[in-house]
Amino acid sequence: MDRTLPVPPQAPARDTLRILDRGHGDLIQPPDVEAFRAWNRAKSKRLVDKRMSEAEAVRRFIKPGDYIGTELYGTVRCPMSLVHEIVRQRIGELRVAGQGVLELDLLLGAGLVRALDITYIGLEVYGLSNCLRREVESGRVERCVEWSNAGIAWRFKAAAMGVPFIPVRSMLGSDTLKYSAATVIECPYTGAPIALLPALILDVGLIHVHRSDASGNAQIDGISGFAFEMARACKRLIISAEEIVETEVIRRRPDRTTIPYYLVDAVVEAPFGSHPGEMCYRYARDEGQIRRWVEASKDPATTAQFLQTYVDDVPDHRSYLALFGDDHLEKLREPARGRPE
Amino acid sequence: MSDPPYNSSELLICTAARLMEDGTTAFIGTGIPMLAAALAQRLHAPNLVPVFEFGGTGAILETLPLAVGGGCTFNRAVAASGIRDIVETAQRGFVEYGFLGGAQIDAYGNLNTTVIGEHDHPKVRLPGSGGGNDVGSHAWRTIAIMPHDRKRFVHHVDFITTPGYLTGPGARERTGLPRGTGPYRVVTTLAVLGFEQVSKRMQLLATQPGVTVDEVAENTSFELLLADHVGQNPPPTPEELRLLREEIDAEHLYI
Repeated sequence: MDRTLPVPPQAPARDTLRILDRGHGDLIQPPDVEAFRAWNRAKSKRLVDKRMSEAEAVRRFIKPGDYIGTELYGTVRCPMSLVHEIVRQRIGELRVAGQGVLELDLLLGAGLVRALDITYIGLEVYGLSNCLRREVESGRVERCVEWSNAGIAWRFKAAAMGVPFIPVRSMLGSDTLKYSAATVIECPYTGAPIALLPALILDVGLIHVHRSDASGNAQIDGISGFAFEMARACKRLIISAEEIVETEVIRRRPDRTTIPYYLVDAVVEAPFGSHPGEMCYRYARDEGQIRRWVEASKDPATTAQFLQTYVDDVPDHRSYLALFGDDHLEKLREPARGRPE
Repeated sequence: MSDPPYNSSELLICTAARLMEDGTTAFIGTGIPMLAAALAQRLHAPNLVPVFEFGGTGAILETLPLAVGGGCTFNRAVAASGIRDIVETAQRGFVEYGFLGGAQIDAYGNLNTTVIGEHDHPKVRLPGSGGGNDVGSHAWRTIAIMPHDRKRFVHHVDFITTPGYLTGPGARERTGLPRGTGPYRVVTTLAVLGFEQVSKRMQLLATQPGVTVDEVAENTSFELLLADHVGQNPPPTPEELRLLREEIDAEHLYI
Protein backbone atom coordinates (compact mmCIF):
# COMPACT_ATOMS: atom_id res chain seq x y z
CA MET A 1 0.00 0.00 0.00
CA ASP A 2 1.37 3.36 -1.01
CA ARG A 3 1.36 5.75 1.91
CA THR A 4 2.02 9.38 1.17
CA LEU A 5 1.53 10.55 4.76
CA PRO A 6 3.91 9.71 7.58
CA VAL A 7 2.55 6.92 9.77
CA PRO A 8 1.89 7.99 13.36
CA PRO A 9 3.90 5.90 15.80
CA GLN A 10 0.95 4.05 17.32
CA ALA A 11 -0.95 3.22 14.13
CA PRO A 12 -1.47 -0.50 13.65
CA ALA A 13 0.74 -1.91 10.90
CA ARG A 14 -1.98 -3.82 9.11
CA ASP A 15 -4.66 -3.15 6.55
CA THR A 16 -7.65 -4.73 8.32
CA LEU A 17 -9.59 -3.18 11.16
CA ARG A 18 -9.68 -5.18 14.34
CA ILE A 19 -12.95 -5.47 16.28
CA LEU A 20 -12.09 -5.54 19.98
CA ASP A 21 -15.52 -5.80 21.59
CA ARG A 22 -19.22 -5.75 20.82
CA GLY A 23 -22.14 -4.92 23.08
CA HIS A 24 -24.68 -7.73 23.70
CA GLY A 25 -27.64 -5.41 23.22
CA ASP A 26 -29.97 -5.63 20.27
CA LEU A 27 -29.74 -3.05 17.54
CA ILE A 28 -33.39 -2.10 17.93
CA GLN A 29 -33.37 0.22 14.93
CA PRO A 30 -30.66 -0.64 12.35
CA PRO A 31 -29.12 2.46 10.67
CA ASP A 32 -30.30 2.21 7.06
CA VAL A 33 -28.80 5.42 5.71
CA GLU A 34 -29.68 4.65 2.08
CA ALA A 35 -33.36 4.21 2.92
CA PHE A 36 -33.17 7.42 4.97
CA ARG A 37 -31.78 9.34 1.97
CA ALA A 38 -34.53 7.99 -0.28
CA TRP A 39 -37.14 8.88 2.37
CA ASN A 40 -35.79 12.41 2.70
CA ARG A 41 -35.72 12.88 -1.07
CA ALA A 42 -39.40 11.95 -1.26
CA LYS A 43 -40.38 14.34 1.52
CA SER A 44 -42.21 17.46 0.34
CA LYS A 45 -40.07 20.58 0.28
CA ARG A 46 -43.05 22.89 -0.14
CA LEU A 47 -43.66 25.67 2.35
CA VAL A 48 -47.23 24.66 3.14
CA ASP A 49 -49.46 24.98 6.18
CA LYS A 50 -48.94 21.86 8.33
CA ARG A 51 -51.00 22.96 11.33
CA MET A 52 -53.26 20.34 12.84
CA SER A 53 -54.53 19.13 16.21
CA GLU A 54 -52.65 16.73 18.49
CA ALA A 55 -55.28 14.11 17.68
CA GLU A 56 -54.75 14.37 13.94
CA ALA A 57 -50.94 14.54 14.10
CA VAL A 58 -50.71 11.46 16.31
CA ARG A 59 -53.31 9.50 14.31
CA ARG A 60 -51.64 10.28 10.99
CA PHE A 61 -48.00 9.93 11.86
CA ILE A 62 -47.59 7.41 14.72
CA LYS A 63 -48.59 3.77 14.45
CA PRO A 64 -48.25 0.81 16.84
CA GLY A 65 -44.74 -0.64 16.89
CA ASP A 66 -43.08 2.58 15.68
CA TYR A 67 -39.71 3.65 16.99
CA ILE A 68 -40.27 7.07 18.56
CA GLY A 69 -38.23 9.65 20.44
CA THR A 70 -39.02 12.72 22.51
CA GLU A 71 -36.59 15.59 22.80
CA LEU A 72 -36.34 17.31 26.13
CA TYR A 73 -34.13 17.55 29.16
CA GLY A 74 -35.57 16.51 32.46
CA THR A 75 -38.86 18.33 32.92
CA VAL A 76 -37.92 21.08 30.48
CA ARG A 77 -39.62 21.59 27.11
CA CYS A 78 -41.40 18.20 27.26
CA PRO A 79 -43.85 17.50 24.41
CA MET A 80 -46.55 16.64 26.94
CA SER A 81 -49.64 17.53 24.90
CA LEU A 82 -48.46 15.13 22.17
CA VAL A 83 -47.63 12.37 24.63
CA HIS A 84 -51.04 12.76 26.30
CA GLU A 85 -52.55 12.17 22.87
CA ILE A 86 -50.48 9.01 22.25
CA VAL A 87 -51.79 7.71 25.57
CA ARG A 88 -55.34 8.82 24.71
CA GLN A 89 -55.18 6.84 21.46
CA ARG A 90 -53.34 3.98 23.25
CA ILE A 91 -50.78 3.53 20.47
CA GLY A 92 -48.79 0.61 21.82
CA GLU A 93 -45.87 -1.78 21.20
CA LEU A 94 -43.69 1.30 20.92
CA ARG A 95 -39.94 1.22 20.71
CA VAL A 96 -38.54 4.31 22.40
CA ALA A 97 -35.28 6.23 22.77
CA GLY A 98 -35.28 6.62 26.52
CA GLN A 99 -34.10 9.92 27.87
CA GLY A 100 -36.86 11.38 29.89
CA VAL A 101 -38.83 12.08 32.97
CA LEU A 102 -42.53 12.91 32.78
CA GLU A 103 -43.47 11.93 29.24
CA LEU A 104 -41.76 8.54 29.07
CA ASP A 105 -43.11 7.82 32.52
CA LEU A 106 -46.64 8.34 31.17
CA LEU A 107 -46.02 6.05 28.19
CA LEU A 108 -44.60 3.40 30.52
CA GLY A 109 -47.43 3.89 33.01
CA ALA A 110 -49.93 3.30 30.21
CA GLY A 111 -48.09 0.10 29.23
CA LEU A 112 -47.33 1.30 25.70
CA VAL A 113 -43.57 0.59 25.59
CA ARG A 114 -42.03 -2.73 24.47
CA ALA A 115 -38.37 -1.87 23.88
CA LEU A 116 -36.05 0.85 25.12
CA ASP A 117 -32.76 2.32 24.05
CA ILE A 118 -32.38 3.69 27.55
CA THR A 119 -30.07 6.30 28.99
CA TYR A 120 -32.05 7.87 31.84
CA ILE A 121 -35.60 7.42 32.96
CA GLY A 122 -36.20 8.70 36.44
CA LEU A 123 -37.90 11.43 38.42
CA GLU A 124 -34.75 13.45 39.13
CA VAL A 125 -35.22 15.07 42.56
CA TYR A 126 -38.13 12.68 43.31
CA GLY A 127 -36.05 9.55 42.75
CA LEU A 128 -36.60 6.37 40.76
CA SER A 129 -39.35 6.00 38.18
CA ASN A 130 -42.02 3.71 39.59
CA CYS A 131 -43.39 3.00 36.11
CA LEU A 132 -39.98 2.10 34.68
CA ARG A 133 -39.44 -0.27 37.61
CA ARG A 134 -42.80 -2.00 37.15
CA GLU A 135 -42.54 -2.32 33.39
CA VAL A 136 -38.92 -3.52 33.28
CA GLU A 137 -38.92 -5.72 36.41
CA SER A 138 -42.08 -7.49 35.18
CA GLY A 139 -40.58 -8.04 31.72
CA ARG A 140 -43.35 -6.09 29.98
CA VAL A 141 -40.61 -3.92 28.53
CA GLU A 142 -38.87 -6.77 26.72
CA ARG A 143 -35.57 -5.13 25.88
CA CYS A 144 -33.46 -2.47 27.60
CA VAL A 145 -30.39 -1.54 25.57
CA GLU A 146 -28.06 0.78 27.52
CA TRP A 147 -26.42 4.03 26.37
CA SER A 148 -25.13 7.25 27.93
CA ASN A 149 -26.92 10.59 27.43
CA ALA A 150 -24.27 11.82 25.00
CA GLY A 151 -24.27 8.36 23.42
CA ILE A 152 -27.91 8.79 22.38
CA ALA A 153 -27.27 12.40 21.24
CA TRP A 154 -24.28 11.22 19.19
CA ARG A 155 -26.35 8.44 17.65
CA PHE A 156 -28.76 11.16 16.49
CA LYS A 157 -25.79 13.20 15.29
CA ALA A 158 -24.60 10.27 13.13
CA ALA A 159 -28.09 9.99 11.61
CA ALA A 160 -28.12 13.77 11.12
CA MET A 161 -24.77 13.46 9.32
CA GLY A 162 -26.22 10.73 7.12
CA VAL A 163 -23.55 8.21 8.17
CA PRO A 164 -24.13 4.79 9.80
CA PHE A 165 -21.99 5.26 12.93
CA ILE A 166 -19.92 7.73 14.91
CA PRO A 167 -16.67 7.13 16.84
CA VAL A 168 -16.72 8.32 20.48
CA ARG A 169 -14.78 7.85 23.73
CA SER A 170 -17.78 7.50 26.07
CA MET A 171 -18.98 4.11 27.35
CA LEU A 172 -15.57 2.38 26.95
CA GLY A 173 -14.71 -0.23 29.60
CA SER A 174 -18.18 -0.18 31.17
CA ASP A 175 -21.15 -2.53 31.40
CA THR A 176 -23.09 0.31 29.77
CA LEU A 177 -21.16 -0.60 26.61
CA LYS A 178 -21.49 -4.36 27.25
CA TYR A 179 -25.31 -4.04 27.27
CA SER A 180 -25.42 -1.59 24.37
CA ALA A 181 -25.22 -2.29 20.64
CA ALA A 182 -21.92 -0.41 20.28
CA THR A 183 -18.79 -1.88 18.71
CA VAL A 184 -15.24 -1.19 19.88
CA ILE A 185 -12.52 -1.20 17.25
CA GLU A 186 -8.83 -0.46 17.16
CA CYS A 187 -8.60 3.07 15.76
CA PRO A 188 -6.87 2.97 12.34
CA TYR A 189 -5.12 6.27 13.08
CA THR A 190 -4.03 6.05 16.73
CA GLY A 191 -4.21 2.34 17.49
CA ALA A 192 -6.26 3.00 20.64
CA PRO A 193 -9.67 1.38 21.21
CA ILE A 194 -12.59 3.56 20.16
CA ALA A 195 -16.36 2.99 20.47
CA LEU A 196 -18.52 3.12 17.34
CA LEU A 197 -22.13 4.04 18.01
CA PRO A 198 -24.75 3.16 15.38
CA ALA A 199 -26.80 6.00 13.90
CA LEU A 200 -30.32 6.17 15.35
CA ILE A 201 -33.00 7.04 12.81
CA LEU A 202 -36.42 7.52 14.39
CA ASP A 203 -39.70 6.63 12.75
CA VAL A 204 -41.23 9.58 14.58
CA GLY A 205 -39.76 12.40 16.63
CA LEU A 206 -41.70 14.70 18.98
CA ILE A 207 -40.26 18.11 19.85
CA HIS A 208 -41.84 20.99 21.74
CA VAL A 209 -40.54 24.46 20.82
CA HIS A 210 -41.10 28.09 21.76
CA ARG A 211 -42.32 29.21 18.34
CA SER A 212 -42.92 27.86 14.88
CA ASP A 213 -44.53 29.11 11.72
CA ALA A 214 -47.34 27.14 10.09
CA SER A 215 -44.94 25.16 7.92
CA GLY A 216 -42.68 24.09 10.80
CA ASN A 217 -39.77 26.54 10.86
CA ALA A 218 -39.12 26.25 14.56
CA GLN A 219 -37.13 28.23 17.11
CA ILE A 220 -36.06 27.27 20.62
CA ASP A 221 -35.02 29.76 23.29
CA GLY A 222 -32.32 28.89 25.82
CA ILE A 223 -30.36 25.66 25.79
CA SER A 224 -31.27 23.31 22.98
CA GLY A 225 -30.66 19.87 24.55
CA PHE A 226 -30.39 17.56 21.54
CA ALA A 227 -33.15 19.10 19.42
CA PHE A 228 -30.82 20.05 16.57
CA GLU A 229 -29.53 16.50 16.18
CA MET A 230 -32.80 14.66 16.80
CA ALA A 231 -34.82 16.82 14.41
CA ARG A 232 -32.44 15.72 11.67
CA ALA A 233 -32.63 12.04 12.63
CA CYS A 234 -36.39 11.50 12.15
CA LYS A 235 -38.37 10.10 9.26
CA ARG A 236 -41.43 11.92 10.55
CA LEU A 237 -41.29 14.89 12.90
CA ILE A 238 -44.16 16.36 14.89
CA ILE A 239 -43.56 19.82 16.31
CA SER A 240 -45.68 21.35 19.04
CA ALA A 241 -45.18 25.04 19.71
CA GLU A 242 -46.10 27.47 22.46
CA GLU A 243 -46.87 29.99 19.76
CA ILE A 244 -47.47 29.98 16.00
CA VAL A 245 -45.90 33.00 14.32
CA GLU A 246 -45.91 34.47 10.82
CA THR A 247 -43.12 33.19 8.57
CA GLU A 248 -41.92 36.82 8.44
CA VAL A 249 -40.97 36.56 12.14
CA ILE A 250 -38.77 33.58 11.28
CA ARG A 251 -37.31 35.32 8.22
CA ARG A 252 -36.31 38.34 10.33
CA ARG A 253 -34.08 36.12 12.53
CA PRO A 254 -33.23 33.03 10.48
CA ASP A 255 -30.13 32.46 12.65
CA ARG A 256 -32.51 31.49 15.46
CA THR A 257 -34.09 28.60 13.52
CA THR A 258 -33.13 25.23 14.99
CA ILE A 259 -35.53 23.18 12.89
CA PRO A 260 -36.23 24.13 9.25
CA TYR A 261 -39.68 23.34 7.85
CA TYR A 262 -38.69 20.55 5.45
CA LEU A 263 -37.92 18.27 8.40
CA VAL A 264 -41.41 18.74 9.81
CA ASP A 265 -44.62 16.80 9.07
CA ALA A 266 -47.04 18.34 11.54
CA VAL A 267 -47.22 21.59 13.51
CA VAL A 268 -49.42 21.63 16.61
CA GLU A 269 -50.18 24.83 18.50
CA ALA A 270 -49.87 23.95 22.18
CA PRO A 271 -49.63 26.77 24.72
CA PHE A 272 -48.42 25.30 28.02
CA GLY A 273 -47.58 22.24 25.92
CA SER A 274 -44.85 21.21 28.36
CA HIS A 275 -47.10 21.39 31.45
CA PRO A 276 -46.44 20.24 34.17
CA GLY A 277 -42.87 20.65 32.93
CA GLU A 278 -41.30 24.05 32.30
CA MET A 279 -40.51 26.21 29.29
CA CYS A 280 -37.67 28.63 29.83
CA TYR A 281 -38.60 32.33 29.77
CA ARG A 282 -42.30 31.36 29.61
CA TYR A 283 -43.44 29.31 32.58
CA ALA A 284 -42.05 27.32 35.48
CA ARG A 285 -42.72 23.76 36.57
CA ASP A 286 -46.05 22.99 38.16
CA GLU A 287 -44.60 21.38 41.24
CA GLY A 288 -47.99 20.39 42.68
CA GLN A 289 -49.00 18.50 39.56
CA ILE A 290 -45.59 16.80 39.28
CA ARG A 291 -45.93 15.64 42.88
CA ARG A 292 -49.43 14.38 42.12
CA TRP A 293 -47.98 12.23 39.34
CA VAL A 294 -45.08 11.02 41.51
CA GLU A 295 -47.58 9.89 44.16
CA ALA A 296 -50.05 8.38 41.69
CA SER A 297 -47.34 6.49 39.81
CA LYS A 298 -46.43 4.47 42.90
CA ASP A 299 -49.30 2.06 42.38
CA PRO A 300 -50.86 0.65 39.17
CA ALA A 301 -54.40 1.47 40.30
CA THR A 302 -53.66 5.10 41.10
CA THR A 303 -51.59 5.37 37.91
CA ALA A 304 -54.64 4.26 35.93
CA GLN A 305 -56.82 6.75 37.83
CA PHE A 306 -54.41 9.56 37.04
CA LEU A 307 -54.43 8.67 33.32
CA GLN A 308 -58.23 8.54 33.42
CA THR A 309 -58.51 12.01 34.97
CA TYR A 310 -55.80 13.90 33.10
CA VAL A 311 -55.86 12.11 29.73
CA ASP A 312 -58.92 9.98 28.96
CA ASP A 313 -61.57 12.21 30.54
CA VAL A 314 -60.36 15.29 28.64
CA PRO A 315 -60.75 15.23 24.85
CA ASP A 316 -57.83 17.53 24.03
CA HIS A 317 -55.08 19.79 25.33
CA ARG A 318 -57.38 22.79 25.76
CA SER A 319 -59.68 20.77 28.04
CA TYR A 320 -56.64 19.45 29.89
CA LEU A 321 -55.50 23.01 30.63
CA ALA A 322 -59.03 23.92 31.75
CA LEU A 323 -58.63 21.39 34.59
CA PHE A 324 -56.06 23.75 36.07
CA GLY A 325 -57.63 27.08 35.19
CA ASP A 326 -56.17 30.33 33.83
CA ASP A 327 -55.30 31.80 37.23
CA HIS A 328 -53.23 28.78 38.17
CA LEU A 329 -51.42 28.70 34.82
CA GLU A 330 -50.81 32.45 34.91
CA LYS A 331 -49.06 32.05 38.27
CA LEU A 332 -46.62 29.61 36.67
CA ARG A 333 -45.51 32.40 34.34
CA GLU A 334 -44.45 34.61 37.23
CA PRO A 335 -41.11 32.96 38.16
CA ALA A 336 -40.14 32.51 34.50
CA ARG A 337 -40.21 36.13 33.38
CA GLY A 338 -37.29 38.36 32.62
CA ARG A 339 -35.96 37.39 29.24
CA PRO A 340 -34.00 40.24 27.68
CA GLU A 341 -35.25 40.82 24.12
CA MET B 1 -22.79 13.04 72.28
CA SER B 2 -25.54 15.38 71.17
CA ASP B 3 -26.70 15.58 67.56
CA PRO B 4 -24.65 17.96 65.43
CA PRO B 5 -26.34 21.23 64.39
CA TYR B 6 -26.57 20.14 60.74
CA ASN B 7 -28.02 17.20 58.82
CA SER B 8 -26.25 14.75 56.52
CA SER B 9 -27.24 16.58 53.31
CA GLU B 10 -25.78 19.81 54.67
CA LEU B 11 -22.60 17.99 55.63
CA LEU B 12 -22.23 16.49 52.13
CA ILE B 13 -22.90 19.84 50.46
CA CYS B 14 -20.38 21.75 52.58
CA THR B 15 -17.72 19.05 52.19
CA ALA B 16 -18.17 18.92 48.42
CA ALA B 17 -18.18 22.71 48.12
CA ARG B 18 -14.76 22.93 49.75
CA LEU B 19 -13.36 20.69 46.99
CA MET B 20 -14.52 23.07 44.25
CA GLU B 21 -11.71 25.25 42.99
CA ASP B 22 -12.05 28.82 41.80
CA GLY B 23 -11.46 29.53 38.10
CA THR B 24 -12.01 26.01 36.84
CA THR B 25 -14.70 24.03 35.06
CA ALA B 26 -16.91 21.45 36.75
CA PHE B 27 -19.74 19.28 35.48
CA ILE B 28 -22.63 19.93 37.83
CA GLY B 29 -25.73 17.76 38.16
CA THR B 30 -28.91 18.57 40.05
CA GLY B 31 -29.14 17.92 43.76
CA ILE B 32 -26.14 18.07 46.07
CA PRO B 33 -23.47 19.06 43.48
CA MET B 34 -25.65 21.98 42.44
CA LEU B 35 -26.04 23.23 46.01
CA ALA B 36 -22.33 22.71 46.64
CA ALA B 37 -21.47 24.74 43.52
CA ALA B 38 -23.83 27.53 44.59
CA LEU B 39 -22.18 27.58 48.01
CA ALA B 40 -18.65 27.55 46.56
CA GLN B 41 -19.53 30.48 44.23
CA ARG B 42 -20.62 32.52 47.26
CA LEU B 43 -17.49 31.72 49.27
CA HIS B 44 -14.06 30.79 47.92
CA ALA B 45 -14.88 30.13 44.25
CA PRO B 46 -16.75 33.08 42.69
CA ASN B 47 -15.25 32.16 39.30
CA LEU B 48 -16.19 28.49 39.36
CA VAL B 49 -17.58 27.68 35.91
CA PRO B 50 -20.48 25.26 36.27
CA VAL B 51 -21.04 23.14 33.18
CA PHE B 52 -24.49 21.56 32.87
CA GLU B 53 -24.69 18.68 30.42
CA PHE B 54 -27.80 19.89 28.60
CA GLY B 55 -26.12 23.09 27.50
CA GLY B 56 -25.55 25.70 30.23
CA THR B 57 -21.97 26.99 30.67
CA GLY B 58 -20.92 29.45 33.36
CA ALA B 59 -24.26 30.04 35.05
CA ILE B 60 -24.44 32.23 38.13
CA LEU B 61 -26.29 30.03 40.58
CA GLU B 62 -28.78 32.38 42.19
CA THR B 63 -31.73 30.02 42.33
CA LEU B 64 -31.97 26.26 42.41
CA PRO B 65 -32.99 24.18 39.43
CA LEU B 66 -34.99 21.04 40.07
CA ALA B 67 -34.24 19.72 36.58
CA VAL B 68 -30.89 19.28 34.89
CA GLY B 69 -32.01 21.56 32.04
CA GLY B 70 -33.96 24.06 34.10
CA GLY B 71 -33.68 27.78 33.40
CA CYS B 72 -31.32 28.27 36.34
CA THR B 73 -28.68 26.05 34.69
CA PHE B 74 -28.03 28.88 32.23
CA ASN B 75 -29.00 31.83 34.45
CA ARG B 76 -26.74 34.74 33.38
CA ALA B 77 -24.54 32.08 31.75
CA VAL B 78 -21.87 32.79 29.16
CA ALA B 79 -23.21 30.23 26.72
CA ALA B 80 -26.36 28.18 26.17
CA SER B 81 -25.74 25.32 23.74
CA GLY B 82 -26.76 21.65 23.86
CA ILE B 83 -25.71 18.29 25.27
CA ARG B 84 -23.59 17.23 22.32
CA ASP B 85 -21.51 20.42 22.44
CA ILE B 86 -21.02 20.11 26.19
CA VAL B 87 -19.90 16.48 26.19
CA GLU B 88 -17.70 17.03 23.13
CA THR B 89 -16.09 19.91 25.05
CA ALA B 90 -15.35 17.46 27.87
CA GLN B 91 -14.14 14.86 25.36
CA ARG B 92 -11.62 17.47 24.14
CA GLY B 93 -10.31 17.87 27.70
CA PHE B 94 -11.84 21.20 28.78
CA VAL B 95 -13.72 19.98 31.85
CA GLU B 96 -11.61 19.49 34.97
CA TYR B 97 -14.04 18.13 37.56
CA GLY B 98 -17.14 15.99 37.34
CA PHE B 99 -19.54 15.24 40.17
CA LEU B 100 -21.25 11.84 40.26
CA GLY B 101 -23.55 9.78 42.42
CA GLY B 102 -24.67 6.18 42.46
CA ALA B 103 -26.47 3.34 44.19
CA GLN B 104 -23.22 1.34 44.50
CA ILE B 105 -19.47 2.05 44.37
CA ASP B 106 -16.54 -0.36 44.59
CA ALA B 107 -12.91 0.00 45.69
CA TYR B 108 -11.87 1.24 42.21
CA GLY B 109 -14.57 3.90 42.14
CA ASN B 110 -16.75 2.11 39.57
CA LEU B 111 -20.35 3.29 39.91
CA ASN B 112 -23.71 1.61 39.37
CA THR B 113 -26.86 3.56 38.51
CA THR B 114 -28.41 0.96 36.18
CA VAL B 115 -29.68 -2.18 37.97
CA ILE B 116 -29.58 -4.08 41.24
CA GLY B 117 -29.35 -7.76 40.32
CA GLU B 118 -29.04 -9.19 36.81
CA HIS B 119 -29.38 -6.75 33.94
CA ASP B 120 -31.94 -8.80 32.01
CA HIS B 121 -33.97 -9.79 35.11
CA PRO B 122 -33.31 -6.94 37.52
CA LYS B 123 -34.36 -6.88 41.14
CA VAL B 124 -34.46 -3.09 40.95
CA ARG B 125 -34.34 -1.16 37.70
CA LEU B 126 -32.51 2.12 38.33
CA PRO B 127 -32.60 5.13 35.95
CA GLY B 128 -29.52 4.19 33.86
CA SER B 129 -26.39 6.11 32.94
CA GLY B 130 -27.84 9.49 32.13
CA GLY B 131 -24.81 11.73 31.81
CA GLY B 132 -22.93 9.73 34.45
CA ASN B 133 -20.95 7.59 32.03
CA ASP B 134 -20.02 10.63 29.93
CA VAL B 135 -18.82 12.59 32.96
CA GLY B 136 -16.91 9.57 34.31
CA SER B 137 -15.31 8.99 30.92
CA HIS B 138 -14.20 12.53 30.03
CA ALA B 139 -13.81 14.75 33.12
CA TRP B 140 -10.19 14.83 34.28
CA ARG B 141 -11.11 14.21 37.91
CA THR B 142 -14.40 12.90 39.21
CA ILE B 143 -15.82 13.32 42.66
CA ALA B 144 -18.54 10.91 43.78
CA ILE B 145 -20.94 12.06 46.49
CA MET B 146 -22.97 9.48 48.39
CA PRO B 147 -24.28 8.24 51.72
CA HIS B 148 -21.87 5.73 53.28
CA ASP B 149 -22.99 2.21 54.17
CA ARG B 150 -22.12 -1.42 53.35
CA LYS B 151 -24.91 -1.73 50.78
CA ARG B 152 -23.47 1.14 48.79
CA PHE B 153 -19.74 0.51 49.33
CA VAL B 154 -19.54 -2.99 47.88
CA HIS B 155 -16.92 -5.54 46.71
CA HIS B 156 -18.39 -5.67 43.22
CA VAL B 157 -20.97 -3.32 41.78
CA ASP B 158 -23.81 -5.22 40.09
CA PHE B 159 -23.27 -3.17 36.93
CA ILE B 160 -20.47 -0.77 35.94
CA THR B 161 -22.55 2.11 34.62
CA THR B 162 -19.75 4.64 34.94
CA PRO B 163 -16.12 3.58 34.82
CA GLY B 164 -13.86 4.25 37.78
CA TYR B 165 -10.43 2.64 37.61
CA LEU B 166 -12.22 -0.55 36.38
CA THR B 167 -9.95 -3.47 37.44
CA GLY B 168 -6.98 -1.38 38.59
CA PRO B 169 -3.90 0.47 37.30
CA GLY B 170 -3.83 1.02 33.53
CA ALA B 171 -7.28 -0.50 32.95
CA ARG B 172 -8.92 2.76 31.87
CA GLU B 173 -6.22 3.47 29.31
CA ARG B 174 -6.32 -0.12 27.98
CA THR B 175 -10.04 0.22 27.22
CA GLY B 176 -9.41 3.46 25.32
CA LEU B 177 -10.67 5.96 27.91
CA PRO B 178 -8.88 9.33 27.83
CA ARG B 179 -5.45 9.13 29.46
CA GLY B 180 -4.95 10.61 32.92
CA THR B 181 -8.64 10.71 33.85
CA GLY B 182 -10.43 8.94 36.70
CA PRO B 183 -11.89 9.08 40.18
CA TYR B 184 -10.33 11.69 42.45
CA ARG B 185 -12.43 11.90 45.61
CA VAL B 186 -15.44 10.26 47.21
CA VAL B 187 -17.37 12.49 49.59
CA THR B 188 -19.61 10.61 52.01
CA THR B 189 -21.60 11.07 55.17
CA LEU B 190 -18.71 9.46 57.06
CA ALA B 191 -15.53 10.47 55.24
CA VAL B 192 -13.58 11.94 52.37
CA LEU B 193 -11.76 9.26 50.42
CA GLY B 194 -9.20 9.32 47.62
CA PHE B 195 -7.45 6.72 45.50
CA GLU B 196 -4.00 5.31 46.29
CA GLN B 197 -1.54 6.26 43.53
CA VAL B 198 -0.18 2.81 42.69
CA SER B 199 -3.06 0.38 43.29
CA LYS B 200 -5.84 2.85 42.35
CA ARG B 201 -7.85 1.50 45.29
CA MET B 202 -9.97 3.66 47.53
CA GLN B 203 -8.15 5.19 50.47
CA LEU B 204 -9.46 6.97 53.55
CA LEU B 205 -8.14 10.54 53.66
CA ALA B 206 -10.24 12.14 56.38
CA THR B 207 -13.20 11.33 58.58
CA GLN B 208 -16.23 13.55 59.00
CA PRO B 209 -16.64 15.32 62.37
CA GLY B 210 -17.20 12.84 65.20
CA VAL B 211 -16.64 9.76 63.01
CA THR B 212 -13.87 7.25 63.77
CA VAL B 213 -11.71 5.34 61.30
CA ASP B 214 -13.26 2.09 62.56
CA GLU B 215 -16.76 3.35 61.82
CA VAL B 216 -15.78 4.12 58.23
CA ALA B 217 -14.22 0.66 57.82
CA GLU B 218 -17.28 -1.04 59.37
CA ASN B 219 -19.55 0.68 56.88
CA THR B 220 -17.42 -0.36 53.89
CA SER B 221 -17.71 -3.90 52.45
CA PHE B 222 -14.29 -3.89 50.81
CA GLU B 223 -10.93 -3.51 52.49
CA LEU B 224 -10.24 0.18 52.91
CA LEU B 225 -6.71 1.55 52.56
CA LEU B 226 -5.70 4.28 55.01
CA ALA B 227 -3.68 7.37 54.14
CA ASP B 228 -0.45 7.78 56.12
CA HIS B 229 -2.17 10.48 58.08
CA VAL B 230 -5.97 10.29 58.28
CA GLY B 231 -7.34 13.77 58.94
CA GLN B 232 -10.58 14.97 60.47
CA ASN B 233 -12.82 17.32 58.49
CA PRO B 234 -13.88 20.50 60.22
CA PRO B 235 -17.68 20.72 60.64
CA PRO B 236 -19.76 23.06 58.44
CA THR B 237 -19.24 26.66 59.56
CA PRO B 238 -22.14 28.83 60.75
CA GLU B 239 -21.65 30.99 57.62
CA GLU B 240 -21.85 27.96 55.28
CA LEU B 241 -25.02 26.79 57.01
CA ARG B 242 -26.56 30.26 56.96
CA LEU B 243 -25.96 30.63 53.21
CA LEU B 244 -27.39 27.19 52.54
CA ARG B 245 -30.50 27.63 54.68
CA GLU B 246 -31.30 31.27 54.06
CA GLU B 247 -30.14 31.94 50.50
CA ILE B 248 -29.39 28.83 48.49
CA ASP B 249 -32.17 26.47 49.54
CA ALA B 250 -34.48 28.71 51.51
CA GLU B 251 -37.43 26.46 50.64
CA HIS B 252 -35.56 23.40 51.96
CA LEU B 253 -36.10 21.33 48.84
CA TYR B 254 -32.87 19.44 49.29
CA ILE B 255 -31.63 20.13 52.82
